[in-house]
Amino acid sequence: MKTLVQRIKQLAAEVGRDVQFMEVCGTHTMAAFRSGLPRLLPDSVRLISGPGCPVCVTDTNYIDAAIALCRRPDVIVATFGDLVRVPGSESSLEQERAAGATVRIVYSPSNALALARECPAKQVVFLGIGFETTAPTVAWSIWKAAKDGLANYSVLCAHKTMPHAMEALLKDHAVKIDGFMCPGHVSVITGAQLYRFICEEYRIPCVVSGFEPWDMLKTIAMLLAQVAEGRAEVEVEYSRSVSEQGNQAAQRLMDEVFEECDVSWRGIGTIPRSGLQLRPQYAAFDAAHRLGMRFSEARVHPGCRCGDVLRGVLTPPACQLFGTACTPLHPFGPCMVSAEGTCAAYFKYEKRAAA
Amino acid sequence: MKHERILLGHGGGGALTRELIAQCFLPALQNPLLQPLDDSAVLTVAGQRLAFTTDSYVVQPRFFPGGDIGKLAVCGTVNDLAMQGAEPLWLSLSFILEEGLPLADLKRIVDSIRVTAASVGVTVVTGDTKVVERGHCDGLFINTAGIGRIVANEPPGSARVPPGDAVILNGFLGEHGVAVLSQREGIGFSTRVTSDCAPLWPLVKLILETGAEVHAMRDPTRGGLAAAVCDIAHAAGVGIRLDERALPINREVQGACDLLGLDPLTIANEGKFLLFCPASQADRVLAAMRQHPLGKDARVIGEVVDKPKGMVLLRTTIGGERIIDLPTGEDLPRIC
Amino acid sequence: MCLAVPAKIVELNDATATISVDGVFREVDVSLIEEPRLGDYVLVHAGFAIHKWDKSEVEELEAIRAATDLREVVR
Repeated sequence: MKTLVQRIKQLAAEVGRDVQFMEVCGTHTMAAFRSGLPRLLPDSVRLISGPGCPVCVTDTNYIDAAIALCRRPDVIVATFGDLVRVPGSESSLEQERAAGATVRIVYSPSNALALARECPAKQVVFLGIGFETTAPTVAWSIWKAAKDGLANYSVLCAHKTMPHAMEALLKDHAVKIDGFMCPGHVSVITGAQLYRFICEEYRIPCVVSGFEPWDMLKTIAMLLAQVAEGRAEVEVEYSRSVSEQGNQAAQRLMDEVFEECDVSWRGIGTIPRSGLQLRPQYAAFDAAHRLGMRFSEARVHPGCRCGDVLRGVLTPPACQLFGTACTPLHPFGPCMVSAEGTCAAYFKYEKRAAA
Repeated sequence: MKHERILLGHGGGGALTRELIAQCFLPALQNPLLQPLDDSAVLTVAGQRLAFTTDSYVVQPRFFPGGDIGKLAVCGTVNDLAMQGAEPLWLSLSFILEEGLPLADLKRIVDSIRVTAASVGVTVVTGDTKVVERGHCDGLFINTAGIGRIVANEPPGSARVPPGDAVILNGFLGEHGVAVLSQREGIGFSTRVTSDCAPLWPLVKLILETGAEVHAMRDPTRGGLAAAVCDIAHAAGVGIRLDERALPINREVQGACDLLGLDPLTIANEGKFLLFCPASQADRVLAAMRQHPLGKDARVIGEVVDKPKGMVLLRTTIGGERIIDLPTGEDLPRIC
Repeated sequence: MCLAVPAKIVELNDATATISVDGVFREVDVSLIEEPRLGDYVLVHAGFAIHKWDKSEVEELEAIRAATDLREVVR
């Protein structure tokens, strides 16, 4: 039996040209990096990192709004841990916590709900970040708060969805993507049918991948096979967790609480219909509505080339900020904010090559 | 964005700590004795080489499976001396107590200190007590200083590590950090993992008695194995290659890390250490280590190489390769 | 952030369950999956079970994890 790496080499030779596959899930980025997978691939096959880290694509104006909230003495901000380091225009939640603001790290929106019950005198605002894997869990917390009449819990919503973002990468821009490694856990919720339109309208192969290194290598082999055979289909490598239709209960809950909206992605700009906002009947649980928040205008930082890096058309050193103003310890855009984003990874590996 | 205030990460033992030391402490205080920045300073007094170290303990919660802040205070300090090849002799013990701390808790901690100190033959010779108002120090903080007599012929030091050395680890990773975290409120997981908190001098003594050339030793506390190997690679200007298949991590620790999204290589240990010696002497060292309960799982986990200088590479279980970085530091506050 | 780990249900209440990942126990919400039962394996994300696995799927994962030489795993 051949090993997967041997299969990939054989298929790459059959394809006979350079190919670039994109993964769009921060956990895939991490898993690939941790296992050293990209370096096992033949030179003609590159795995590049798209805008798959929901924390890293959270725009500056959202962080600024969260900061404004946490500075209020009547508010406790509850958040997933990875958001605290993301820079706003002048500060970050980590810095605000150091200056005395109440910022609590939680592992689940249900923890934030429990916090609201424990602190009836404070407004608990949960920072709703994440793609379709996380959105149902936040939707549940809002639905439960509404059902129980909890008056001091709300969500500052920045949820984003994958399909329109993937489409935005392909439309109107120079991009070189020969196939998508599709996010495994988003697909557990949405079902693999989510990616059909990419194959049908853009003729790009899509394979839904699990997170073990074995899964990801198998996915790359499947993508190469599609390219070699001239196919563009949705295939599921992660069949143990992903079905065509997904988790219907989770989808119903999301649909009950959220509706589509236009939203800005850090380093890219506004992508139409790629965000989620609370439906009017749940407006009371929208922190922006309840606490009278106004978002400043989202703008891409001048000089930040993350958009082009995320589309796979620019390598990090070509960005003027790379390694000077923008470094892993003091990052600007998502490609550096993410510990294994394209720029952060490049930074590490260039150091290695020079050492 | 420049940091205008101290962040939790500055205490994490990783990149932020290194930045703080470089930008705030060294410019003011640098001198040849401080410069190695090893676990202990090596001092010579009347021809006798001594190791001198200091530590503070702020672990939260105070009592955890496998130990408490008192036991940790003795072990941590004694281990810093042992890492410099020094037999621990004397400790100072300084308490900062919060108004309202139950006396029973304090007595329990002091008793723990007594038992641990006696087990390794170190004496508390001086102390201090301060009390601050309620709300100003979360129960109690402990500060120690330790003095030991260096018995190794050549005091181990991180700058001494040459290419060709073997990297040895005495046992399983991540136990202290996971045990402490499991007791933290709000995280809500439970586990049977207990802290590995233990004094390492008796094991180190056995190793030194073999006469093997020990170039350096380092205990991977805050920042875990990752911080420790990165520090050594950086100080010695060498490369270090580790093999993921050789790293001892038990399933429960891995399970806790998977659940919380943590990397076992960045989690604190309090009864483990790395040892660097010539590859030809590794077997001799391992044979001695495995005689002792704290060394029964000892093994070679990697090697020191010439390039890439100052970096640590990991050969992964699937045969890939990745860089092990200095962790930034804020994942796990108040772990020691 | 999309971290999701396979976990076994060892205790079941109304809307919550205690799961075990290799002997590490945690409480999770099971509102998003249908008919959870004791002994079921679930995928956990952000404190919620998002998918239920059957035994063959769990075995597939274990085979994949063991296959560090990356040979094809027979499903």
